[in-house]
Amino acid sequence: MSHIVSLREAIAENVHDGDILALEGFTHLIPFAAGHEVIRQRRRNLSLVRMTPDLIYDQMIGMGCAARLTFSWGGNPGAGSLFRFRDAIENDWPQPLQIEERTHADIASAYVAGAANLPFSVMRGYAGTDLPKYNDRIRFITCPFTEERLAATPSIRPDVTVIHAQKADRQGNVLLWGILGVQKEAALAAKRVVVTVEEIVDDLRAPPNACVLPQWVISAVSLVPGGAFPSYALGYYERDNRFYKAWNAIARERDTFLAWMRRHILQTVDFAEFRRTLESAPHEAQRS
Amino acid sequence: MSADAHSTSEMMSVAAARRLRDGAVCFVGIGLPSTAANLARLTHAPQVRLIYESGAIGAKPAVLPLSIGDGELATSADTVVSTPEIFRYYLQGGRIDVGFLGAAQIDRFANINTTVIGSYRKPKTRLPGAGGAPEIAALAGEVLIIVQHTARSLVNKLDFVTSAGFLDGGDARERAGLPGKGPVAVITDLCILEPDPATRELQVASIHPGIERATIEAATGWPIRYFSHVRNTDPPSTGELRALRELLQRTAAAHGTAAEGGASLA
Repeated sequence: MSHIVSLREAIAENVHDGDILALEGFTHLIPFAAGHEVIRQRRRNLSLVRMTPDLIYDQMIGMGCAARLTFSWGGNPGAGSLFRFRDAIENDWPQPLQIEERTHADIASAYVAGAANLPFSVMRGYAGTDLPKYNDRIRFITCPFTEERLAATPSIRPDVTVIHAQKADRQGNVLLWGILGVQKEAALAAKRVVVTVEEIVDDLRAPPNACVLPQWVISAVSLVPGGAFPSYALGYYERDNRFYKAWNAIARERDTFLAWMRRHILQTVDFAEFRRTLESAPHEAQRS
Repeated sequence: MSADAHSTSEMMSVAAARRLRDGAVCFVGIGLPSTAANLARLTHAPQVRLIYESGAIGAKPAVLPLSIGDGELATSADTVVSTPEIFRYYLQGGRIDVGFLGAAQIDRFANINTTVIGSYRKPKTRLPGAGGAPEIAALAGEVLIIVQHTARSLVNKLDFVTSAGFLDGGDARERAGLPGKGPVAVITDLCILEPDPATRELQVASIHPGIERATIEAATGWPIRYFSHVRNTDPPSTGELRALRELLQRTAAAHGTAAEGGASLA
């Protein structure tokens, strides 16, 4: 049953060391506040899953939360590289990171299969690419009806999925809109679901067929206005492209990264204080 | 010749835009492909349907998106669908005419690498990876590729095949069971390459204005060949150049920088 709690409680209760953890949100609605809280609570040995690791997994990987990563595109969208992700893969820093590399179409399909309680996903893909040579969980099967050769990959079933959405009502039903990515599928594929929201309202006023996650599939809802910053929430605020660009300079070197994370994440109690530290040091996030 | 001076990168965007026919349904990668596809929409192809992997269908962005999931794509689109739906129903369902991709590296058979330079286990440079490109390259009716022409980006053999072109050439693509026709043109800042009909090796089909053959040869990682009927690319028209420059200016004003795109991809 869903209940509305603080983000600190939601993460403490639902995210454990060693979990398979998916934070989803395709450029839009990325749950940054929740990722920061996982870092503050010093979770370890996580198997992270996310189509586009983005800055949030760069931060979590660099802070040593992750032992394993399943992903399909590991860049800084529109702005360059993810230097902490690369440092982990290229140099095992701060610890070795085992990677399972797939494609967007595959991961999307694998969440659909997970949500549908199936062990694997089937798709037309991977023929001619080198990815199956390095990921033995990408296999090929023959269709029992047409004898076509198709790719089969394991479904994704996170222990916990975390997403950010625009609204929840007081019962804990959640409404999201705009670019939806794989959030609904990732949530329904997971054992536990944590949702952060921009606001809590009396009535969602959701039209039929809107993307609503019913209260009883969600473990915890937390009110975190701005919780997708520096990504965006359609109807609330825009993507902070300057932050995405500034991240390159912050994350390129280990010591500047660690200093930034200490000052803005570890030494702050919550997302609201994190945002205040950026406002009081506007040049910090905008160095280039 | 046009009286307007233009840069080689402007020529590349214009030449790439021209390859997109009006009314086509085009699955667009971020960066250079998105620049060219939107230029096509703003010039000769007002009815082109642009589809982005973030789920935006019929996107008509006034400024170029910096990321694949910019709000501008959602708010200017005919509709926005989920990621599973865009890949399963639209791409795998066979509803895409043209895939428009960028590349970090491309080889003589138009295979694309966006994964690693060096070995996979201990890469010299780790690149972002596949994203949506492998299925776009496999499943779109045909594929256009846009890439900066350097000896580092056009190589004889790739360290890693992320997205399949013609594999080892000849009928290798068909034998591998890839449904789409594969790459029909690679547009660079120096020329347009097209696959030889039999060997499927990329050859020069059209040379951009003012570019010497020696320049192309020095910037290509294999002994490049020319079609016997090699053409001269028409320079950008005044209208094409104006549309491109206005688009890039609007984009720069919106993002605080030029968003023409680098070696990024879908």
